[in-house]
Amino acid sequence: MSYKGFERKLAAFLCTLLMLFACQNISAETEQTEAFDAGPFIIEHVIDSYGWHICGDGDKSVTIPLPIILFDEGRPVVFMSSKLHHGEAAYNGYAMGWEEDTKGHIVKLDGNYADYTGHLDEGETYENHVCKWDISITKNVCALIISIILICCIFLSVAKRYREHPDEVPSGLQALIEPVVVFIQDEVITPSLGKNSNKYAPYLLTLFFFIFLNNIMGIIPIFPGGANLTGNIAVTGILALITFFVTTFSSGKEYWVDIFNTPGVPWWLKFPLPIMPLVETIGIFTKPFVLMVRLFANITAGHIITLAFVSLIFIFGQMNPVIGWAVSPVSVFFYIFMGLMELLVAFIQAFVFTLLSAMYIGMAIGEEEHEESHEAVVEA
Amino acid sequence: MELITPSFGLIFWMLIGFGILFFILAKFAWPIITNGIASRNKKIADQLEEAAKIHEEMESLNKKHEEMMVQAKAERDAVLAEARKVSEEMYENAKLKASAESQAMIEDAKKTIYYEKMKAITDAKNAIANFSIDIAQKVLTEELKDREKQEAIVEKWMDDIHFN
Repeated sequence: MSYKGFERKLAAFLCTLLMLFACQNISAETEQTEAFDAGPFIIEHVIDSYGWHICGDGDKSVTIPLPIILFDEGRPVVFMSSKLHHGEAAYNGYAMGWEEDTKGHIVKLDGNYADYTGHLDEGETYENHVCKWDISITKNVCALIISIILICCIFLSVAKRYREHPDEVPSGLQALIEPVVVFIQDEVITPSLGKNSNKYAPYLLTLFFFIFLNNIMGIIPIFPGGANLTGNIAVTGILALITFFVTTFSSGKEYWVDIFNTPGVPWWLKFPLPIMPLVETIGIFTKPFVLMVRLFANITAGHIITLAFVSLIFIFGQMNPVIGWAVSPVSVFFYIFMGLMELLVAFIQAFVFTLLSAMYIGMAIGEEEHEESHEAVVEA
Repeated sequence: MELITPSFGLIFWMLIGFGILFFILAKFAWPIITNGIASRNKKIADQLEEAAKIHEEMESLNKKHEEMMVQAKAERDAVLAEARKVSEEMYENAKLKASAESQAMIEDAKKTIYYEKMKAITDAKNAIANFSIDIAQKVLTEELKDREKQEAIVEKWMDDIHFN
């Protein structure tokens, strides 16, 4: 599969997907004018959701419905998110949570409404409980799947090129990918891991490209981008958790000695009060925790800021349309500026996550040949 | 605070998705890509090294060639000089030989002439002797025709012998 062929196929696939879902869901109802509230608007855009909102507002919005998969008391339940009408309707007793603590979750209505399908009234009180085992294909899961397919397509086609044209001048996609792979290998993996590089390179490379591609996809405002996948704490948490496990399971004796009997520290810091061991033990967990928070916070913050600039237009527009129009060029300028910033951040954060993971693993292995060239902990 | 609450579904799919992605890439992409890059790097390094080696070889060959050229020139000069010497020698020798031969031939000729001359002289002497003998015989025959004359002579010779 050549790059061009791949591109065409992908475009065709995505267009079909888009049309299939979008056509299904265009609905027009009465327009309601409510005051624009930037806070919920922004949060709505950076959190996960059960449908993939494309454009429009309220009932006129175009949303790609995604399947909701629940295990309700051991019984699998599957239906499309469009059945819930953006939380305004219930389907077989399932509805979108509307209270503060159930927001963003699927709830099961209790009592009389256990199997209720239909519109939910504002005034009515519905007894409900949150469905715990919810493995719905949400917007982020959908983005995850798309990104996985994309990464697989890219790297398998590149690998194919290497297999079919060994030792040749790189071309096309290969020429784009190779410098990045070489950069990660030479600047991140080899300095941190030395002779263990080959063992951990696949994980670290996957990590880098997964984060990087999803960061980039997050910046793209339209489908299939726009999902804030790497700005989701679950995603960054899992990545950090994997790094934590890899670090812990590849640790050598030295690593644990450093933790429980830190060399070069006065004895009274270890006995009778084990202050240093305590600090070091906490350090085992703070490292991946910081990894998780850094990526999540950076990406989410970037999105929040760009969205805030967009919101400015509507906030001012609400005061007076003229001011709205006047503000918009400034907003757009800052939006573009932030977008470029985010491009930079997308790379830096992927790089930093990979670099720190590599360093943690390298430190845990604790080989003699410590090449501490990466002393600087980049806090972007 | 939905923003910082990880949802179960995403954790679940993330684990599966990332696992699958890692598996696929680790099995079908990374080894091929990294090995491909490494093998190309090695090939380039090898070729560079080879080029350097060839360059060195070329240089040494050039040097050798030059040396050989110099040597060849020297040898040629030597050969030429030798040849000249030899030819001169040969010329000299030939000259000497030729002169010697001519000398010898002259000698021969001289000798032959001498012998011939001597032979001719001898022949002439013999002939003269024969003539003389003949003449003497004739004279004697004429002289000693009569008895008294013979006796007179014998008498004379006897006297001579006696004196001797």
